[in-house]
Amino acid sequence: MFKILRAEHLAENIILMDVEAKRVAKSCLPGQFIIVRLDEKGERIPLTIADYDREKGTVTIVFQPIGASTHQLAELKAGDALLDFVGPLGQPSDLITGDLEETKKKKILFVAGGVGTAPVYPQVKWLHEHGIAADVIIGSKTKSLVIMEEMMKEVAGNVYVTTDDGSYGRSGMVTKAIEDLVAEGKEYDHCVAIGPMIMMKFCCLTTKKLGIHTIVSMNPIMVDGTGMCGACRLSVGDTVKFACVDGPEFDGHLINFDEAMKRQAMYRTEEGRKLLAFQEGDTHHGGCGHCGGDK
Amino acid sequence: MEGLKRVPVREQAPKVRAANFEEVCLGYNKEEAVEEAKRCLQCKKPMCSQGCPVSIDIPGFIAKIVEEDFAGAYEVLTASSSLPAVCGRVCPQETQCEGKCIRGKKGDPVSIGKLERFVADWARENGIKPKKADHANGKKVAVIGSGPAGLSCAGDLAKLGYEVTIFEALHEAGGVLTYGIPEFRLPKDAVVKPEVENVKSLGVKIETDVIIGKSVTIDELLEEEGFDAVFIGSGAGLPMFMGIPGENANGVFSANEYLTRSNLMKARLEDYATPMPVSKKAVIVGGGNVAMDAARTALRLGAESHIVYRRSEAELPARAEEVHHAKEEGVIFNLLTNPTEILTDENGWVKGIRCIRMELGEPDASGRRRPVPLEGSEFEIEADAVIMSLGTSPNPLISSTTAGLETNRKKCIVAEAENGKTSKDGVYAGGDAVTGAATVILAMEAGRAGAKGIHEFLSK
Repeated sequence: MFKILRAEHLAENIILMDVEAKRVAKSCLPGQFIIVRLDEKGERIPLTIADYDREKGTVTIVFQPIGASTHQLAELKAGDALLDFVGPLGQPSDLITGDLEETKKKKILFVAGGVGTAPVYPQVKWLHEHGIAADVIIGSKTKSLVIMEEMMKEVAGNVYVTTDDGSYGRSGMVTKAIEDLVAEGKEYDHCVAIGPMIMMKFCCLTTKKLGIHTIVSMNPIMVDGTGMCGACRLSVGDTVKFACVDGPEFDGHLINFDEAMKRQAMYRTEEGRKLLAFQEGDTHHGGCGHCGGDK
Repeated sequence: MEGLKRVPVREQAPKVRAANFEEVCLGYNKEEAVEEAKRCLQCKKPMCSQGCPVSIDIPGFIAKIVEEDFAGAYEVLTASSSLPAVCGRVCPQETQCEGKCIRGKKGDPVSIGKLERFVADWARENGIKPKKADHANGKKVAVIGSGPAGLSCAGDLAKLGYEVTIFEALHEAGGVLTYGIPEFRLPKDAVVKPEVENVKSLGVKIETDVIIGKSVTIDELLEEEGFDAVFIGSGAGLPMFMGIPGENANGVFSANEYLTRSNLMKARLEDYATPMPVSKKAVIVGGGNVAMDAARTALRLGAESHIVYRRSEAELPARAEEVHHAKEEGVIFNLLTNPTEILTDENGWVKGIRCIRMELGEPDASGRRRPVPLEGSEFEIEADAVIMSLGTSPNPLISSTTAGLETNRKKCIVAEAENGKTSKDGVYAGGDAVTGAATVILAMEAGRAGAKGIHEFLSK
């Protein structure tokens, strides 16, 4: 069992947890992910690592409850335990494993969308610890959903917040912020975009136009996360890659996002049914059209 | 003439079992087992034992059944096999022990697999455990993977007094026995878990959720965690796809994914959280045991189930019993047929598969006749799920993180067959990680060889 040492809301619907997982904490690097399973009947949920503390032996995860499993995870408190917490999985970010001197020459921009701010943080922090100041755009729907802004400011060069509704910081989507920054005279030659697939897709369209090499962190459906099942396969250029072992980070200009988004929606109906059943709990007597409770 | 026919084994009726996940074969009872055991001629030079990868004393255990000394029979079996309840169910007996049985020259060979299964099941039902080592020898061995290779290696080493820890990447032990082979062929709670418990009862520790090469490396196990030797039994690896158009469509799965969802994650059961793909008409591409497992799983989940295989029936690599069972249950075989494209609808879902008819040409490197496409014979099969069962390629997790571990052209770990020795000192390997996808019993054989190699290495 893996004990939850801290559980708190970063925003209304975004939760942070520190989990005691000594082996993972000892060996993980920014860019990698873990898989968590709540209980005997739970599914394996992949989550990108948001931070880690090697001394304390903890790994931080940040997530937004979407399906039944993440809603169930969101109900857990400090002191509770997770049945399984396995990792680190996938490859660390190229910025971290690459030649440090080369990385130091780069002018790096991170683009974080919503809960995607969490996996951006350990990368920016690692670069900061190695003498590199990267700029960060944090994009969010609205002010109340902006997370980790202060933490990010401590480790980033410049942090630019933009909200879709203009309630805080700049106004508009992250793609507008990228274009505006470049128009304002900022120069970038390396971009890392992490967030919802649709946001990463449009980020890539923008950076392609601007000629900025862009890396994205893909979060497709997975089962085992160790390369065994191939559920997470993606078209990257002319090749098929498994996000779990080859990624999760890829050249965003080569990803077939439309295919990836279709694949991500593969179980939407079934997930919707399970969420409904979970939310209604004992009061669920059908209506999902599946369980037979309404017949 | 007497004794030509084997005692028939009771099975669930095909129509009934095609709609449930209960075990197909019900096995022998005591009377049936004794009667079948009496058919053994007790050859002086038993060919059956030579046909067995782990050299079980087959006439020896069968003689004990005739005497109704089932505990004695279990002792003979477990001297050579760590997983008799599994092997009795999933070994390809027709090409091994039973294939060599002298009875088979005229009539049916002795039903060795069913007798092995009977003895192992009897022992479990009567609470008999394999014998533990008298004393610990103070040496530590790490075993990577809790599938058949890892379990048999760990079992043998524990019997010799080693302190063994198995590291398993998934959340449950058993490897392919747990995630791959379906319930109706190998029941998990009734057979796999007790076999794993038997290995644990020898003193073996199993640490799940540890990915060697990621969570911890082999060098760290040897240098920091105090292990004196390591055995790698990490299994087959990454599923292969054909590289045809449409393969990333929604509704196209690897057999590994499909079976892992159903078996390990129990997605087929409503109260488990993992979703299970449901289909009306599933096409399974491939002809091995895994393809049969996927086809019969799809059938049980309510689909019309089709096998598409590019060679003919004679070349099907699956066990004869699996093909026979699949046919009885209603799986439809499209032989000498090869997919060329997966057809999709406007939302990116599978709607069919385009195939071409094949004919057999000259023998290829494997000795089997090479299938050649028949020009202009393309046709379409309607389908809402396509399950690719084409084998696997090695997982690079361990080889890429272990300096000095040699791999071959196919990226499999290089290890000596007789003792599992790799190019790295103190590191041994066996099973699918070395051979590529093979069978449970060959992995067990390699696990035993690795245990022997490690024992020799640490006894120096």
